[in-house]
Amino acid sequence: MRLSFLTLALLTALPLASAQNALTVYSGRSESLVGPLLEQFKRANPGISVRIRYGDSAQLAATLLEEGSNSPADVFFSQDAGALGALSKEGRLAPLPASVLGKVNKTFTSPRGEWVGVSGRARVIAYNTRALSARELPQSVLDLTDPRWKGKIGWAPTNASFQALVTALRKTQGEARAEAWLRGVRANNPRVYKNNTAVLEALGRGEVQLGLVNHYYLYNFLKDQGPDFPVRNAFMRAGDAGNLVNVAGAGVLKSSRNRAAAERFVNFLLSKPAQEFFARQTYEYPLAAGVRPAADLLPLAQIRTPDMDLSDLDDLKGTVALLQKTGVL
Amino acid sequence: MSHAVIKTASTRQRRVSLPPYLTLPAALVGGAVLLPLAYLLLRASEVGPRALEFALAGRTLEVLGNTALLTALVTLLSTVLSLPLAWLTAATDLPGRRAWGVLLALPMVFPSFVGGYVVLGALGHGGLLDAATGVRWEGVYGLGGATLALTLFTYPYVYLALRAALRDFDPALWEAARSLGHGGWSAFGRTVLPALRPALTGGGLLVALYTVSDFGAVALLQYDTFSRAIYVQYQGAFDRSLAAVLALVLVGFAALLMLLEARLRGPRVLYRSGSGTRRPPLRVLLGPWRWAACTLVAAVTLLALLLPLTVLIVWLLRGLPGLELGRDLLLPAVSSVAVSAAAALLTLLAALPVAILAVRHRSVLSVLIERLAFSGNALPPIVVALSLVFFGARYLPGLYQTFALLLFAYTVRFLPQTLAVLRTALLGVNPHLEEAARLLGCSAAQATWRVTVPLLRSGALAAAALTFLTTMKELPVTLLLAPTGFETLATEVWAAASEAFFARAAAPALLLVAASTAAVALILRGEREPQ
Repeated sequence: MRLSFLTLALLTALPLASAQNALTVYSGRSESLVGPLLEQFKRANPGISVRIRYGDSAQLAATLLEEGSNSPADVFFSQDAGALGALSKEGRLAPLPASVLGKVNKTFTSPRGEWVGVSGRARVIAYNTRALSARELPQSVLDLTDPRWKGKIGWAPTNASFQALVTALRKTQGEARAEAWLRGVRANNPRVYKNNTAVLEALGRGEVQLGLVNHYYLYNFLKDQGPDFPVRNAFMRAGDAGNLVNVAGAGVLKSSRNRAAAERFVNFLLSKPAQEFFARQTYEYPLAAGVRPAADLLPLAQIRTPDMDLSDLDDLKGTVALLQKTGVL
Repeated sequence: MSHAVIKTASTRQRRVSLPPYLTLPAALVGGAVLLPLAYLLLRASEVGPRALEFALAGRTLEVLGNTALLTALVTLLSTVLSLPLAWLTAATDLPGRRAWGVLLALPMVFPSFVGGYVVLGALGHGGLLDAATGVRWEGVYGLGGATLALTLFTYPYVYLALRAALRDFDPALWEAARSLGHGGWSAFGRTVLPALRPALTGGGLLVALYTVSDFGAVALLQYDTFSRAIYVQYQGAFDRSLAAVLALVLVGFAALLMLLEARLRGPRVLYRSGSGTRRPPLRVLLGPWRWAACTLVAAVTLLALLLPLTVLIVWLLRGLPGLELGRDLLLPAVSSVAVSAAAALLTLLAALPVAILAVRHRSVLSVLIERLAFSGNALPPIVVALSLVFFGARYLPGLYQTFALLLFAYTVRFLPQTLAVLRTALLGVNPHLEEAARLLGCSAAQATWRVTVPLLRSGALAAAALTFLTTMKELPVTLLLAPTGFETLATEVWAAASEAFFARAAAPALLLVAASTAAVALILRGEREPQ
């Protein structure tokens, strides 16, 4: 008992380390993915005391919004553009210098210049190799309404990247066609999963044959379970509406007290070593520094992304509303 | 020979004066729980007139119906399962009852998504059963699977409450019933069961509220509940206001559950009166039933403890070739244990005045404080976390993201469960003892501290064990409110599992179970009779 009181006293009395040149990063990308990269930044900048708070992108976005101008965060490193868009819309992000924005194709940056994409992930159709051969696969995401896929599709409607795909369909095909597509796929009784990971697992078990996911999850599974894992990715034909590239990106908080270090961090994410890390370690598309993606990916140039602003929050709300209207959510 | 009677509280309320040494801390604790509620009202008010329309939309009501159905099933099954388990380990001569007693409390250490994986991996498509027999349970997705997963991993709430109540049960009652010619079953029904009623309803309420706010298991097993609807608002639409409207509906639903529990609990209080000292707890001899009893506890342990452990070990082995075991888990393990122990102690201290006030000095105010403190359980954890982010960052920047605020958040989150167990224990303490102490010259505060508090031993230990276990696996509050860079075993498991690195998630998860086992064994050792 006395010991536990002592522990309690010690715990609550621990002072917070406060350095002159401190940088706090809120990372919606997990430590198991980007931890080693952020360690590199720490080693390269011994003068900056870097603190990283890991969490879920959407929850960290909500946290930043609730913290208001008192936020301890300097940089938000997000898993998807939507969370950055939400902050940008509420006027919480500072404009980035043109030298930073210029490093990335403007498709992958905020139209207001308040966040920048650092790595890309493409939407793919992942399939179970025991059930299907590459020849039998649909060439377009629009073909998933075909009754032959009844009961064989897995998707994750709560996933931000999936919702971005639906937003892209609404933008490129119009509301009516997007709605018809959602209803059409729903008529095929797709299985609903929690997230991309759960879809991949279900594909591995053979519970479904096709899954709508981001391309790089597969590589985590191959790393974790070996090459026998019976799932592979298939890209849709070049220019298909289902070919969408989402980005993970970063933005600097307006309330940051150390903007110089914050911009330095964003710059680091766009530097050659970091971009190579994304290409080799997380199997994503590098978006800067002329680094090439891993060999078996469809080149970025062949993926025609719809001309739209990924961070457009009103659209995301419209997408959620449409998903609820069609009963998908 | 002591004699004992069952006292039934008269419906006539005695006029009680509220002692300030209890009221002040209790009001503070109750007020703390108001923070998340205030935050929800603030956010929901931004929605304006559409709020009500949204709260009563057909879809909202449908999801609410799903939630109610799941909650009823899980609560019922957990209660039915816990009753024999608690009875066998606390009141009979079951071989190895001390070890079983600890093992049966452990399933609650598994984060609920692990519970979901266990059910899928055992009964689903391509699962263990499928591989062995070719049979698979098509109903694993939806209500069936979610009910099974939640029952297996939340029954310890009821089990721990029942154990504490059984240890405080006066064997004289049982003997009196037997000597009057009642058989075992009949004596059980007439003396033990009524004594367990508050523990049954209190534990049942905890399971119900846990089920209402759980997200991990239902998301994995694809059952559409209210917590998922809230998640969609936060995750998909970044809409904190509509999420708050939904959370308020959920709080309303929880309030109904609490009223129901108060109805079911009944007005009974049970305590010894009369001369004679307290005797050791009941030990019913099982005789030939012994092996049947062993089979039952072993079966539950197998399903709820060994099976998930097996899943974790399989994950660990499957990824072993590529696993970098160089990652240091010692610090997160120490952090987890230290912060959970502190949370257990703090929550216990916060709950004591509220419980004593609610049981001993019933009044409009004390009932209000108690209900308030209880309502914390119905809030989705993410709401508790965000509300403290809001108030902490804006009004207490010096405390924001420090251990002090983190422990405060744990207290708000786990106060209700602590309260439920303590209240049950208090109902078994004779108030005349305190009155006797007053006659002997103690002040009211001294009497409470020196007479009542020591008699709450079993209940307090069970409550501490409960908070410890739940803090060990706590995630949303830890992620948002812990000091930046503070890592626990639970955050390690989450970080790896969210990226499908199951092999890497297995090591911290197994360590989480091991540390919890040691701690619970230590806490429950205190149940031993004071010599």
